Amino acid sequence: MTVLDVEPLLRRLTGDEKHAPSAFSTLDVLWVLYDRVLRVDPRRLDDPDRDRFLLSKGHGPAAYYAVLAAKGFFPDGWLDDLAGADSPLGHHPDRLRVPGVEISSGSLGHGLGLGVGTALGLRAQGRLEPRVYVLLGDAELDEGSNHEAIAYAGATGLDAVTAIVIDNRSASHGWPGGIASRFAVHGWTAVTVDGRDHDAVAAGLGQAREGAPHVVVAVVETKGS
Amino acid sequence: MRQAFIDTATTLIEEDPRTALVLADISVAAFEEAALKHPDRILNVGIREQLMIGVAGGLALTGLRPIAHSYATFLVDRAYEQIKLDLAHQGTGAILVSVGASYDGSSAGYTHMSPMDVQLIDTLPGWTVHVPGHPGEVAPLLTAAAAHDDPVYLRLSTQTNDIAYADAHLLRPVRHGTKALVVAVGPMLAPVLEATRGLDVTVAYTHTPRPFDTTGLRALAHSGNVALIEPYLAGTSAHVVSSALADRPHRLLSLGVTRRDLHSYGTPTDHARHHGLDPAALRASLTTWLP
Repeated sequence: MTVLDVEPLLRRLTGDEKHAPSAFSTLDVLWVLYDRVLRVDPRRLDDPDRDRFLLSKGHGPAAYYAVLAAKGFFPDGWLDDLAGADSPLGHHPDRLRVPGVEISSGSLGHGLGLGVGTALGLRAQGRLEPRVYVLLGDAELDEGSNHEAIAYAGATGLDAVTAIVIDNRSASHGWPGGIASRFAVHGWTAVTVDGRDHDAVAAGLGQAREGAPHVVVAVVETKGS
Repeated sequence: MRQAFIDTATTLIEEDPRTALVLADISVAAFEEAALKHPDRILNVGIREQLMIGVAGGLALTGLRPIAHSYATFLVDRAYEQIKLDLAHQGTGAILVSVGASYDGSSAGYTHMSPMDVQLIDTLPGWTVHVPGHPGEVAPLLTAAAAHDDPVYLRLSTQTNDIAYADAHLLRPVRHGTKALVVAVGPMLAPVLEATRGLDVTVAYTHTPRPFDTTGLRALAHSGNVALIEPYLAGTSAHVVSSALADRPHRLLSLGVTRRDLHSYGTPTDHARHHGLDPAALRASLTTWLP
């Protein structure tokens, strides 16, 4: 199975024939995570030692749902009634409705704080194997709550956390000096990669080091281009 | 009450590996020694209240029982959306413990006051709200809250009653009369008892306004006259009382902190007077209203 197999699932969600998979900024990163990186098993959703993937950027979750369906977290029949009255799948994901969804998100700027708390909670229980991955968008970084989490995680060397920032340059006022520098100045290890290059994304995620949280800035096409 | 919280939370951290405390620089010194022993479960995130609640939510997602603590205005008002989304909406809970109730911080000004915290929490589903009126009520409430996973708001004040009541989850009658039921929440009991001296009214006390004891209310409100005296925004529990008595003719007087930013300092006693919550003003309001 490759990311191309997700395409028909995406079409069922969007009912949209003209959008190529590249219209979904998160698709390739999500695929790499679920196909190569995350230690998660749809048959053992409550495994306390599973890796956690937190979609902080909860809007536009079509690619997320398609990847979860492709990986067997829920039946692909669910994809045909997006945001319907009885559908578990809405335009923002609900962890109480969708197997495999770790946080309910939608309002921007909540995932990284929850991710930091999750990493701290795992550490306090001696669970040092699981990693906590949080996916954000470059515009989402406008929310100050992220910067509370970035500063704290960096200062305390919370190395179970990996943030992935999808950069499609949609932040209204941009990030002069680059996104990675916002994290690096607080002590994170940071790498910027081509968000469409699966090997580059996987390699970037693999560069996490002991003693520091890690961020992968995944650059994709500029939004609207 | 703050010391009772510190002592009880320290004991809980020591004895129950499920509990964790999240601070945002407030009260950090009081937990310094315990934090040396339990650095993974006593966490100070710095002056970052949004993160404090987010971290509490994350801890709860891993099965811990987080306690988050600060001044009410920073804990609740500032981090309201985190409280809304990072806890109960995720299917988890936490214990939020505030100090600086209403005008406890009057000398610091309006920036350090939160008379609206309980009303804000009351907009959210599923929360238990404890408003102890005496330091002796704090430990049992906090210890009981640590034993489950539901969302709990514990609101501590420097205003206190003379007596601690262990059995005040429900409306507990402390004086009996016929003309009205006067409900005193938390530290309002002391001024209410003084204000109602010699009046033919029932006074009932509770330290737990959510869930509100509507069964007890119906049993005690046979006169049809109910006065609700709350130490936070006036009328915060009026909708609960009105709903509980919807099938009966009744009169309701709701007293509490008024919706005014006084732009003044002074003591909590001064502010109680400004808001009509000192014994003399309460008595005047009650006697004017009583049939």
